[in-house]
Amino acid sequence: MSTALENEVEDAPRRTSKRASGGLGRYVLVRFLLIIPTIFILMTMVFFLMRITGDPITAALGGRLTPDQLAERRAEAGYDRPLLVQYLDYLWGVLRGDFGTTYSDNTPVSEVLTTYGAATLELVLYSLVVALLLGVPLGMIAARTRDRWPDAVLRIVAILGYATPVFFVGLLLKLIFSVGLGWLPVAGRLSTEGQITMSRILNPSPFYLLDALRLGNTELIVDALSHAVLPAIALGILTGGIFLRLVRTNMIGTMEMQYIESARSRGVSETRLTTRHGLRPALIPIITVMGMQIALMLGGAVLTETTFEWNGLGYMLAEYMKARDYVAVQGIVMMLAVIVAISNFVVDVIAALIDPRVRY
Amino acid sequence: MTLSNPEPPGEDDPGATDLAAEAGDASVARRRPWYLRLPIISHLRGSVGLQRGMLITGVVLVVVLLLSALLAPLLAPYGFAQTSEDGVRFGTQEPPSAAHLLGTTVTGFDVLSRVIWGTRTAVAVMACAVTASLFLGVALGLLSGYVGGWLDRVLVMVADAVYAFPALLLAIVMSITISGGQSGAWSGILAAAISITVVFIPQYFRVIRAEVVRLKAEPFVEAAKVVGTGHRRIMGTHLLRNATRTLPLIFTLNASESILTLAALGFLGFGIEPTSAAEWGYDLNRAMADATSGIWWTGMFPGLAIALAVLGVTLVGESINDLNDPRLRTRRRRRGARKKVAA
Repeated sequence: MSTALENEVEDAPRRTSKRASGGLGRYVLVRFLLIIPTIFILMTMVFFLMRITGDPITAALGGRLTPDQLAERRAEAGYDRPLLVQYLDYLWGVLRGDFGTTYSDNTPVSEVLTTYGAATLELVLYSLVVALLLGVPLGMIAARTRDRWPDAVLRIVAILGYATPVFFVGLLLKLIFSVGLGWLPVAGRLSTEGQITMSRILNPSPFYLLDALRLGNTELIVDALSHAVLPAIALGILTGGIFLRLVRTNMIGTMEMQYIESARSRGVSETRLTTRHGLRPALIPIITVMGMQIALMLGGAVLTETTFEWNGLGYMLAEYMKARDYVAVQGIVMMLAVIVAISNFVVDVIAALIDPRVRY
Repeated sequence: MTLSNPEPPGEDDPGATDLAAEAGDASVARRRPWYLRLPIISHLRGSVGLQRGMLITGVVLVVVLLLSALLAPLLAPYGFAQTSEDGVRFGTQEPPSAAHLLGTTVTGFDVLSRVIWGTRTAVAVMACAVTASLFLGVALGLLSGYVGGWLDRVLVMVADAVYAFPALLLAIVMSITISGGQSGAWSGILAAAISITVVFIPQYFRVIRAEVVRLKAEPFVEAAKVVGTGHRRIMGTHLLRNATRTLPLIFTLNASESILTLAALGFLGFGIEPTSAAEWGYDLNRAMADATSGIWWTGMFPGLAIALAVLGVTLVGESINDLNDPRLRTRRRRRGARKKVAA
């Protein structure tokens, strides 16, 4: 009798784990297929929204051409056709990987995406590092000193980090470190000399730092990094504040669990309790929320890039938007949608791997 | 907005030290006058120590924001688009002085006046955006959750797609669509508000829909159906009243984000023209070039105004959230509190 029961207990985890792994494959597939409608919906929304205000040719040249000339140019570009036909045409182009050519500077949208996308990716990665370095340790400190003064100070700092617009933080950083102390450059991704060195490189990649490392040019590495410091901090503070709050709330939740109490009674040190027992389960919701943070960071990246004239997708998006270059805007928006959708997918899969209850 | 649900007795008075006293308090709580049961006032009374301090700071900041929006014509020394007085021009980029307490901008606007008038724009956008997204989001969530079927699936998918996308970018696209970029006072405020509304509907939608789906299976809804209550009444009375518990938090979060989004739109150059209304984001945009030459006062004050406004609203929201969550609420006696959570 007792052996049978033990067998049951022995068996149970093995069986569930087998079922879960089959469920995981299905979950990943279903979750992956969900990316398509997300991108499709956004693409459609942006396409029609942009066209409510009229076509790009009229927007760009409206005042300068006679109605006849305008009609001719519109017909040339295919804007006299019914909206639905244009839309289907656009979809067909996207399916073949053709995003069209920009109006304002006549470059293929795919080229715009790779060049500026890399710059944005670089910025987001740097600031993610800043955010993690700030948010996780400070959040742990806040949780450990709950309701005492360090917690109060840190919570206010976190809310301030979240409440202060990226561009204002950027302005302050500029005033202090660039104008006041003269330590770091005001804007841009490289100095003029750096750009000249870079332009001599054969087959440059869009990642400046990678190129600099590949060349082993110390001056160029320092140049690229020093330009990245302030934008990365400005964007990192925003996300770091959110991480701080999340780590704090979740750690307070996990630290109340029974197993923490039992570990404490076994004589596990407070430091080990927070770093080992408390932090790890608290990180799971953080990973999940990070998926949403990527969307937020990309939004923040638009502002950071404009503040520091960092030539990324966000900066260019604002520029193209002002020029009413709808083809470029559609391309960039779609690219961002793809990035967000894929990162959400990856985050969901990680969450499912860590916590089997997430799967459906 | 009054919550129709009386708080569960255990959560109402954190000062209670033992369960017996608490039971006594609970009956008293039901007889409290209505104004003490209003959301923020009841939270203030129920809070202690640090949480109370944060809530009070938030409330004070919000009150200052609302008052300066209301009294802008009295408080501001000049108009928001005024560049001269009695035929004398203000001068551009003047440092703070007696005539211009916070200096003047590159266009010759008085910074202090722009900051004060800016509260009007911020509050107007906040009010429009939050009200609109509240009503639309709640209505759609209610409908989607109650009706279900293909309507529900389509709405959920669209909401998820919008929710996943960077909110600011959508707001930019929307504001261009609505106003064609630059715009006047009311059209600009409306454009910003509508852009923010579109972005925030999914949040309300998700929360309300989840609640409605959960509530739909509850016996009291079944009972109402059996008695023959109409769909409209079930949705309005039975579901809506019970699904609105989490709204105050989203409400405040959206209010703060609407200020941020408005400022961001202005900063990127998709906002309201400076001659139509004062807007902090636009002023910061213009101040960016000043910063390089060491002129700090044109950007510092509108930036601080945004930060303080958002801080105030966020502090109120956060505190309410903490006070509503028994896990996060501070109690006067920690030992007693832990026992109560376990019970």
